Amino acid sequence: MKPVRHLFGIAQLEAEQIEYLLTLGASFIDLSRRPLRKAPTLRGKTIINLFFENSTRTRTSFEIAGKRLSADVINISAATSATKKGESLLDTAQTLAAMRPHVLVIRHSIAGCCEFLAPYLEGTAIVNAGDGAHEHPTQVLTDLLTLRAHGGFAGKVITMVGDISHSRVARSHLLAARKMGYTVRLVAPKTLLPAEVERYGCEVFHDFDAAIPGSDVLYMLRVQNERLTSSCCFPSIREYHEAYGLNRQRLRLAGEDCLVMHPGPMNRGVEIATDVADSVQARILDQVEHGVAVRMAVLTTLCGAHAMEEEA
Amino acid sequence: MSGLLLRAGRVVDPARGLDATGDVLIRDGRIEAVGGRLDGGTKVRVLDVDGLVVCPGLIDMHVHLREPGQEWKEDIESGSHAAVAGGVTTMCCMPNTEPRLDHAAVVMQVIARARAVGLCDVHPIAAVSRNLEGRQLTEMRELARAGAVAFSDDGMPIWHAGVMRKALEYASSFGFLIIQHAEDKQLTEGGCINEGWVSTQLGVHGMPAEGEDAMIARDIMLARRTGGRYHVAHISTSGAVALVRRARAEGLPVSAEAAPHHFALTEQEVMAYNADAKMSPPLRTETDRQAVIEGLADGTIEVIATDHAPHHVDDKRCGLSCAAFGIVGLETMLPVSLQLVRDGVLKLPEMIAKMTVNPARLLGLAAGTLAPGARADLCVFDPEECWVLHRDKLRSKSSNTPWHGKTMTGRVKYTLKDGRLVYRDEGAPDVA
Repeated sequence: MKPVRHLFGIAQLEAEQIEYLLTLGASFIDLSRRPLRKAPTLRGKTIINLFFENSTRTRTSFEIAGKRLSADVINISAATSATKKGESLLDTAQTLAAMRPHVLVIRHSIAGCCEFLAPYLEGTAIVNAGDGAHEHPTQVLTDLLTLRAHGGFAGKVITMVGDISHSRVARSHLLAARKMGYTVRLVAPKTLLPAEVERYGCEVFHDFDAAIPGSDVLYMLRVQNERLTSSCCFPSIREYHEAYGLNRQRLRLAGEDCLVMHPGPMNRGVEIATDVADSVQARILDQVEHGVAVRMAVLTTLCGAHAMEEEA
Repeated sequence: MSGLLLRAGRVVDPARGLDATGDVLIRDGRIEAVGGRLDGGTKVRVLDVDGLVVCPGLIDMHVHLREPGQEWKEDIESGSHAAVAGGVTTMCCMPNTEPRLDHAAVVMQVIARARAVGLCDVHPIAAVSRNLEGRQLTEMRELARAGAVAFSDDGMPIWHAGVMRKALEYASSFGFLIIQHAEDKQLTEGGCINEGWVSTQLGVHGMPAEGEDAMIARDIMLARRTGGRYHVAHISTSGAVALVRRARAEGLPVSAEAAPHHFALTEQEVMAYNADAKMSPPLRTETDRQAVIEGLADGTIEVIATDHAPHHVDDKRCGLSCAAFGIVGLETMLPVSLQLVRDGVLKLPEMIAKMTVNPARLLGLAAGTLAPGARADLCVFDPEECWVLHRDKLRSKSSNTPWHGKTMTGRVKYTLKDGRLVYRDEGAPDVA
């Protein structure tokens, strides 16, 4: 297997690398359930979380993942960062890289920002924690680990509903589906679908009810209010919930074995009804738990590849 | 006074249908004679151009010189050096400077600066509307008297149909040409590359082809009503080419230019988030590229122009969606366009016509020919020489080019302005 030096996205990963990360991730699940939640794996490693977009779960997940493995973790959020003083993204990243962290975890609204920065940050491994509407690889690894714990993902049908066009999670899943052998169905009005999206080899539906039969997972995406007002993507929350919201009735149509997932944060009453979010079929909190394990796997792998290179 | 004799080149002057091996005799800054074997007398200096093509100095009717206002990106002097290195002896600069080219004084200043530099003629294209705001027309007659050769709000499309109608009506009352950067900004809002499969995969907002097509369709209707002369800048979509073709078949005074990047490259160039392949209009699909090539072949597109748009590295090195739009083009126009000849799309004289006599006629410039008596502006190039482009070797102050590290075929060896050698390629023999 080729070593994973950076994690820009699912696009760069081969199936065997994904499997490796999932297997390693699975081995870390137990660590977070022990009375003493600490292992020495990344002792002496420095990890900087550089978040230019607001994030609670992803940033905390990376932070906990690093700390449980004994790494020194530093968090920088846009609110306190130098960007407020007009420093460019590249300068901020280079400045932090000059402090010689092992890993830089980056979230930024610019699609492709990790690929852009990497050549300037020699010696630092980069993890994409979400770049614009491009990729969010650790979320997809999180979801796959969750599915693995519930009967696997190969041959399954994951039906993703909502704002596909602005979703990095959807793009990463569309790439992972072909590599890992599952099917993605997309459900959205045309206003929320990017151009020529069917070229990913996915099934596209505008009618949610038509997409439900045969689905193994109903994966609900967060709908952002600003899409409503500024860009005419849909006329009202009311109509959106009626057409694309996951309610009890639709969950019944999906059957008892169908899982419900959501990358968070949820808008209860918009894309997902409260009773559905709290139902036994929902795996939303499992996703969060598995997210920590998978991020431990990613950090361990990148630090390992890094160490091998340093020795070489 | 002693003259200069260019000996035994392939002389191509599309304005007169000339394509033959022979000599060009230059005296007092003008063409004295073009012919088989000329005798310039004993005092004449000789430049052996055997194996090279000799053609009129190229005209680039679409450049951004950034002066006044953004001299860290380019100025008239550096732009002139870039021009002559690309064989260009006449260029038309766009008005989106700071201040804008919307008052006669600024137009005159640009011309005066270019004359002082003395390498390349610069003919300003003045603004259609004051401050490029698309509301109030500029004083077009006075701007034309000051030296403006056409009018455009380039970069800021004239979106208001009423203003566009009045601009076409007013301009055509005096025979002026309106050049439109056709882009419906409401359709392209937030976009940074062509909308399609590539923008979807990259996760960036796209600019749909209809943003260009819709505005051209509207403008052609207005040109039909008003009789206005209308020129489409940097045409890039198959739909736009079809619209212009139909308008010309109808006999409307509609013309178009294509930029080398739009007939040489596609949106695939930005797949690795390459900000040096980001411009507006964006690189499109292979279908669009082929349509532009077809438009060049059948005469729908009569001009090749670069949209030379220098940007500082800081404006490009910030991620694709934040990077400035535009690439430099003066120094790559000729080799990139020569591919059309090698591919059999155009004959060499046809290609040269699109960057000499055609823009000269469109804009009424006394340039673009080697007719006896004409000013001796010439481009001498080797159509076969292969070389690798390096961004650091560019004369422009900026190096935002998608061709860095690529092999180019065809190289400018000499450029003459008013009979003076203003550019000689490294290693090319000097005048004997």
